[in-house]
This record gives sequence, C-alpha cells and structure tokens, in this order.
Amino acid sequence: MALLEVDDLSVTFARRGQRTVHAVDGVSFSVDAGEVVGLVGESGCGKSVTSLAIMGLLPKQPGLRVGGKAVFDGTDLLQLDDRSRRDIRGRDVAMIFQDPLSSLNPVIPIGLQVTEVLTRHRGMKGEAARKEAAALLDRVGIPDPRRRLKEYPHQLSGGMRQRALIAMAVACRPRLLIADEPTTALDVTIQAQILELLKELVRDSGTALVMITHDLGVVAGMCDTINVLYAGRVVETARRRPLFRQPRHPYTVGLLGSVPRLDAGRGERLNPIPGSVRDVLTWPDGCAFAPRCTRRVDECVGEPPELVLTHDGRSYRCVNPAPVPGTPPPQATTTASTGAADDAAASTGAADGATAGPVPAPREEEKP
Amino acid sequence: MTESDILVEVRDLKVHFPIKRGLILDRVVGHVKAVDGVDLSIPRGKTYGLVGESGCGKSTLGRALLQLNPPTSGEVRFDGVELTTLPAGKLRTMRRRMQMIFQDPMSSLDPRQNVESILTEGLQTHGIGADRDDRRRIIGETLDAVGLPRWALSRYPHEFSGGQRQRIGIARALVLGPELIVADEPVSALDVSIQAQVVNLLDELQDNLGLTYLVIAHDLAVVKHISDVVGVMYLGALVEEAPSDRLYSEPLHPYTRALMSAVPVPDPDVEDRRERILLAGDLPSPANPPSGCRFHTRCPWAQPTRCADERPALREIGGSRVACHFAERIATGELRPHKVSAQIVRPEGEGEDPAVVSAPTEPGSYV
Amino acid sequence: MTSITGKKREKIDRLAELAARDDERGVSLWREAFRRLRRNPAAIVGAVILALFLLIAIVGPFLVPYPADAQLWKGEIRDNIGYFPGPRADNWFGVDHIGRDEFSRMIVGARQTLLVGVVSTLIGLAVGSLIGGIAGASAGLGGKWGRAVDNALMRFVDMLLAMPSLLLAISIAALLGAGLTTVMIAVGVVSVPVFARLLRGSMISQANSDYVLAATSLGVRKPKIALTHVVPNSLAPVIVQATLTLATAIIEAAALSFLGLGNNDASIPEWGVMLADAQRYLDAAPRLAVLPALAIIVTALGFTLLGEAMREALDPKLRK
Repeated sequence: MALLEVDDLSVTFARRGQRTVHAVDGVSFSVDAGEVVGLVGESGCGKSVTSLAIMGLLPKQPGLRVGGKAVFDGTDLLQLDDRSRRDIRGRDVAMIFQDPLSSLNPVIPIGLQVTEVLTRHRGMKGEAARKEAAALLDRVGIPDPRRRLKEYPHQLSGGMRQRALIAMAVACRPRLLIADEPTTALDVTIQAQILELLKELVRDSGTALVMITHDLGVVAGMCDTINVLYAGRVVETARRRPLFRQPRHPYTVGLLGSVPRLDAGRGERLNPIPGSVRDVLTWPDGCAFAPRCTRRVDECVGEPPELVLTHDGRSYRCVNPAPVPGTPPPQATTTASTGAADDAAASTGAADGATAGPVPAPREEEKP
Repeated sequence: MTESDILVEVRDLKVHFPIKRGLILDRVVGHVKAVDGVDLSIPRGKTYGLVGESGCGKSTLGRALLQLNPPTSGEVRFDGVELTTLPAGKLRTMRRRMQMIFQDPMSSLDPRQNVESILTEGLQTHGIGADRDDRRRIIGETLDAVGLPRWALSRYPHEFSGGQRQRIGIARALVLGPELIVADEPVSALDVSIQAQVVNLLDELQDNLGLTYLVIAHDLAVVKHISDVVGVMYLGALVEEAPSDRLYSEPLHPYTRALMSAVPVPDPDVEDRRERILLAGDLPSPANPPSGCRFHTRCPWAQPTRCADERPALREIGGSRVACHFAERIATGELRPHKVSAQIVRPEGEGEDPAVVSAPTEPGSYV
Repeated sequence: MTSITGKKREKIDRLAELAARDDERGVSLWREAFRRLRRNPAAIVGAVILALFLLIAIVGPFLVPYPADAQLWKGEIRDNIGYFPGPRADNWFGVDHIGRDEFSRMIVGARQTLLVGVVSTLIGLAVGSLIGGIAGASAGLGGKWGRAVDNALMRFVDMLLAMPSLLLAISIAALLGAGLTTVMIAVGVVSVPVFARLLRGSMISQANSDYVLAATSLGVRKPKIALTHVVPNSLAPVIVQATLTLATAIIEAAALSFLGLGNNDASIPEWGVMLADAQRYLDAAPRLAVLPALAIIVTALGFTLLGEAMREALDPKLRK
C-alpha cells in the first residue's frame, strides 16, 4: 500500500453564466514512502490545483466540487472534517509554496512562525520550542539561526525565506512533503541550494516528496517517478530514466523537444509544440492534446484515450504513442506511420466537421 | 574584424541609482551600483547573450544601452554614433534603429490599444510609410514575419495567449526595421512549449533580416542556445565573456562554473553524473558590494591574496575574457575549491530591478 | 514539424479564419468592462435605482399633482396639537408643516438633489483631474522642474485636504451667502483633493509601466505618451471614484442644507432642506423626516452600488 494514493481526483469550478472549468479531471497517482514523485506540466494543467485539493486548501467557494479519493495512510484526506484535516496538515503532510514571501506572515518574526508549528503539533513551548526552532533553521542551512529567529520575513533574502518555509514544513517530520514550484521564484544558484536541501531531507528522513514543477531539468535530477499532466489529466507516468529516454506520449516528446539544452550546440533549432495551451479539446470529446498533436489520428477525436499500461509501472494515455526507438512499432515502420498519421489527420479534418465538431486549430502558427 | 563590423560598443558603462532617505529633504545616502564599469562590443548580425542572476544589473545594462536609463558615466557607441551625448531629438530619430522586446508581454502592451494601433504608433512617430495603405502593407508584412494572422489587427492584447502577445511585442519592435534588438527576458514569462516557438522565431528573424541581438536572460540554456557570445554578469560587472559553446565546455570564472553546474539539464544521466558547485549564501547587496573581486565572498576558490583587495580586470585567456586573478591556475586544477560559509545578506531590492530602490517615494520618469 | 502536410495546414488556416469571423472586431477593455457590468446584479440594481431617480428628476416636475410651494392645505394644520394630515387619497405622502403636498415636494426635490450632486461632483472632477493630471504628468515626465511643479501642486492639494468641509462651506457662505451655489462649490472643493491624488497616483504608476517604456523606446515624445498612454489608462479609478463621489456629494449637500447653509428659497424644495425643516416635527410627523432621508439613502445607495460594480468591472486584476 502506497503512502498516498490519489485516485480519480477531480476538481471543477462551476460559475453561474460561465462554462464549468474542469481544473483537474480524474488524476490518479501514488507516492510511496521515501519516494520523490514529480507532477510536471505547463500552466493550467492542474498540477497546483491537485496539490491544493489534496491538502484541502482550495478556497471554499460556491460551485467548487472535489471528487475522487486521496488516501493517505488509510484515511481519505478528502473526506476529513476541517479539524482532523488541520491535525494531519503540518504534522503528517506539509506543503512548500512557490512564493516564500507571501507564504510567510510579514508582521510576525520567523521564530514565532516556526515555534507556532511546534506548539500546535508537537506541544513544545518556551525555551524548548525556541531551541528546536533554531536547530531547524540550522538544519536547513540558515546561518546564525538564533538571531534569525527574531527577524521578520522581509529581512531575509528570497533563498533564506524559502529555507525558513522548508524549516516550518519539516518541523514535525512529516511523512509527506508537497512542494509546489519551490524554486521557480529563485535564481539558479539558489535553486541548486534548495534542491540539494530537499534531496538531503528526503534521503535523511525518508520523507516522501511530491514535486510540482514545470521545469523538466529539475525533475530529471530529483524525481523517481514522474507524472506528466495535460489539461487536468495525467497523460504519462514513468520512472525517471525511461521517461527521458523513451517518452511515449507525444506531449512529453514535445516538451522535451522544446527545451533548449545547455549541453547542445549552437544553431540547432528547437522543436516546439505548435499552438498554445488554450487550444484544448475537452476530454470527453477526445484527447485534449489532439489539436496540437503531430501524431494525431482518427481515433484521437470522439472519445478520450484509455490509459495504456505497460511494463515497469509505465502508463500513457494515447492511441498513437511515439515509437520506442530500436523496436519497430506494431503496425508499421516509423516513417510509414507518420505518413499514415498525416493522412488520417487530414481525413479527420474532413470527417469531424460533420460528426464530432471541428477540432480547434492551433491559433499560433508553427514555425517549421 | 574591422570597425564597421561592430554595431554596438560599450565602454566603461556605469549606472548608479541614488538611495535617498529623509522625510522632508531627500538626502542621498549611497548608490546602488547596478552597472559598474562594463565593456562590451556586439558585432553586426550576431547575438550577444547576457546572463546573470536577478539584481546583477543585466536589465539595467540593456536599458542603459538604449538610453532608457540615463547612464551615470561611460560611452555607448551605436554604429559609430555616441549615444550618451546625443541631443534628445537626434536620439529619438536613432531609436528607429534600435528596439526592445520586453519580458512580460502583457504589461509591455498598452491594454487599451488594439494591435493595429500598437504597430502604427512607431511608424507614425518616425514618419515611415507614405500613407495609411502603405503603413498597412508594412504592418501586414511584419505580422507575416512574426506568424500572426491578419485578423489580429483589430484585437486587443488581452484577447491573445501569452505566446501571441510576445509575438505582438516582437512585431512592434520589428515594424520599424531596426538593426539592433535588445530582448530583455524574451521568453521567461512563457510556458515551456511556447518558449521554443519564440526562440525559434527570434532565430529565424535574425537569419532573414540580419538583425543584431542583445539577449538578456537568467535562463542559461536559452541564452546559450540563441547567442554567439555570452557575457556573464555578477554584481554590475562582467566576470566572463566567451563564445557560447566554450562557456559551457570550458568555463573559466568560478562564478560561471557554479552557474553552469547549477542549471538543471533535462537528462537524468547528465544530472546524476554532474558535480554541483553549490555557492554559499546569496548575492551581496549592490549598494554595498564586497571589496576587491565582488565574488570573493562566495567563491570556493578564493585565495587569501589579491581576491579581497584587488578588483580583477577582464583579461583575455584563450578566446575568452575573464575577470579572475587565478583563472589559469583554477583551470589547470592547481587550485582546489574549498568550503565557504554563508554570510548574511540583507535583501535590499532583492529579486527586483535595482531601479525600484528609489522608486517608491520618487515619482517615476518615463525613461 | 515535417509531418504537417499542405492540406492540413490549409485546414488550420481555414479554421482560424472561421474563428476570426465569428466576431470581427476585437473587444476593447471598455466594452469588456461594460459586458461584465451587465452581468453583475448589484450593477443592475444600482442602475435601475439611478434610472428611476433620473426619470423622476427630469420629467417629475411636469407631472406632479400640485405645485410644490402652494400651501393648499394650510387650513387643516393644527400646529399647537401637532396635527398634520397624513397620507390619504389626495396627498399620497401627506401634508407638510405649512400645508404643502409632501409627494409633490419630494418629486420636485429630486431635481435639486441631482443638480447639487452632479454639479458639485463635476466641479471636484474637473478641478481635481486638472491638478492631478498636471501633477502626474510633470512627475512622470521627470526632471527637476517636473518634480517641482508636482510638489507645489500636491502641497496645495494637501492644504485643501486639511480644511474641514464644514468650515469651508461656512467661509464660502460668508463670501457668497447661503445658497445652492455655496453648497455645490463647498462640496465640490472638498472632493478636489480626492480626484487630484487619485489621478496623479494612477498616472505615476502607469508612467512606470513597461508599455510606457516601450513607447519611449519607439521614440514617441513624452507629452504624446502622457496623453495617449498614461491618461487613458489612469482614468478607470477616477471614473469609479466620480460615481462614488456622487453618492457622498448628495449626502454632504443634504447635511449642509440641513445646517442652514443650503438653499434658503423655500419655493424650491430640496431633500436636505426638507429634512432640516422636518426636525421640529419629528415626534408629530416622523414621515416628514423619514421620507427625504430614505430618498437620499436610496439614491446614494444606487450610486454606490453602481460605483462598486464599476470598480470590479474595471479592475484589471479581476479580469480573466
């Protein structure tokens, strides 16, 4: 049994007079103890909403519906009442946010914010709590921790703030840590420090870590298992090496092709994904990625693609996945299948006007 | 390389922002040395990449180069014309030849202008195009060049996606037919898949139009991908300048080494093999930079002699320019890195443009 | 992408054209704000109240059953025992303390109230925006002189701000005598600093934005930047404030009238004056005070609702 088992999680925002937004649309993944799991995707793919839903931190508003299950160590976090959820939050499950400045209370000294957590969940008070807080700050690499305790968030630099936030998150030795873009607001050298710190924490304490990021480089260095999200669904799940070596879902392939690499030569053109994230098909109408997909075939439109499970815990949601290099794809050779995909795409274009409604065309023209 | 091949030449450029305190009378209590003595030259038709962390002065340098921030001292020569002493009228005429692309495509487009009016503004200012039809033709060609459809003309910026907005920003710069484009973080506000589209577009435009770029970004991979020569900035000064491939394969300055080793690469094999040089602490305040070599407080190779009291000049070493006293001995492995303990750094204007330091109480200016 | 065939590309283009045709013109921010305004129930309620108020103010005086200043029922009033005829078929709102039809006076009073509100707000808006606009532009244009002009203007505005509105009204009344003009000027002058500071602040923040920098880098002249970029983008909060000020102006004008600084011409009814007159008869005929008070409150509420809804509609942060 995994430590956290998210099953068919869905989050919808319904607003009067507007179309219901399926921010998360049936996301499933699991996290084992001591494992680092990545949720990767671009803005609007639902990765942050997923984490907030698991933590019960979505702003309560009419029209918000959370469905599915998120079982943490035998209890479904989504079914808990506020009180017991608060007990679990901070003690067993903790979260680190992107913007350390807005996650810290600006008018309360750092020390008090850390001891607060210790008092709330570990019943520590007075000098004992202060001592532990200083030890925590020291642990996350904040120099001169005793003095830092008395300081306010604005007196610390961005990297130090993020460290303080991590100190608060790990104060109760949680079993699961969710980090939502923890380094996006930081500079690369500071990012390297923070990532190293997170790795250390996971290694030393056996804490499981869910890493939410858009940065494939961060994922490549950190995560054991990676879930790629698109338009509110997991489109591909794989262990780290297979994912980067043999991406199967065309979106994963596209993402990897879009990122300039530091170790590549000058002059090589990137292979961007055409269109923008706005060009989505809703999942019930077919594959949401189809409008931007270069491997689109007839079957992509009409009904959502099933999750295909392969060996080694790998799965992808695609009817025409990218071939594994070296092994011939089941129906034809690589070149032939691309040609077939093209003809199919063209015929889809002819057919879908009559049946499934037109596939929205990418608004952004692609550059060859 | 002859004189005329150099389009932009910057000599000892300094941009200092006064820090003002006081309730009634503003008293200057110090200066933020955002750019503190930079020399660089950009050959015509090439791309010069400028990297560095936030607060290193790279954006200020880009703006000072275009005279959008008045430089405190130094020279900026554009195609042989000294810009810093150019009268305002002549400078405005000159602006047609040097344009800028901004980081945030939303905030750099006037939300109340439609695309046509955004693109026409520059043409009207410089009297380009004989009449309305002629201008429409120029605008149409520009839209084609950046890959925007004609129907975009009547639309407003908020009706576009991020990538398309950035294309509008590029079109605005391009419509004047400039020779130099300063691109300040042109892709960092965009999604990964869209970044690649814009990077390719910039590449393509350079090939077709022979543009010269100064690309400013914090993302090393993007800068390296797009640039011929890359300059690395630290606390207002260049610490290393090298051809982009060389910068990655043979970084000479300790800061460059740390920077290169910190950039995550989307390849597990590379990531696992890599040795990270973790820098201790944060960027020191540009208002009160360390003496001697600015990097010596965080440098794992810092030596007891020279580093703390003698500011290293850029020296030529095998095709690169490096500002480090011990670059050769570090390169040969003669000097070994040691542990540096982190020092406390006060976040003065941390993570923001240094210009903000004086901004809140000070009414801003249009430049 | 090599796998894109010409055929597919054609289809993409066609779909793009189709998508473009469904609404040929772009939606400007003003139009979008108006769209959002229409969807906001509070805005609708506010707009309905104001429409009614406007209608009454404009056509009401021609339709009233009795002249507003005719003391037609003077004979029925028993001042010594505090009897004033209440609501009845002839006089829907009853009769006031000197025998006039209260309903007619309420209707005719609406016009005066609207006049006071609109004129005083316009005074504040015009003078305030002028000062604020010049200050904002000079501050934004930078330079020593610009900052000096800005400083001088804003210190003047601070002086205005420091003066209590009542004192100001009394001094103006001392100069011009009590009257409607006095009230309008006093209320208007009091709102000058609000508009001046708002427009100036808004302009300075806009002047620091990237698109102004972009215009500068295009080579556009500073005065033109101020007029074509900075001012249009700074107007939204000012417009919202003007709507909200209309509400407070009506209340303030009523207060000044109540204190006897307002309209002393008994023949032209005004809600504030009516309220003032009614205070002596509060226990005998509370309706004489309640009705004008209610009218003032509802009207002010209408303006406030609309103003708040406009604030929401125009706020760029709430834009999706």
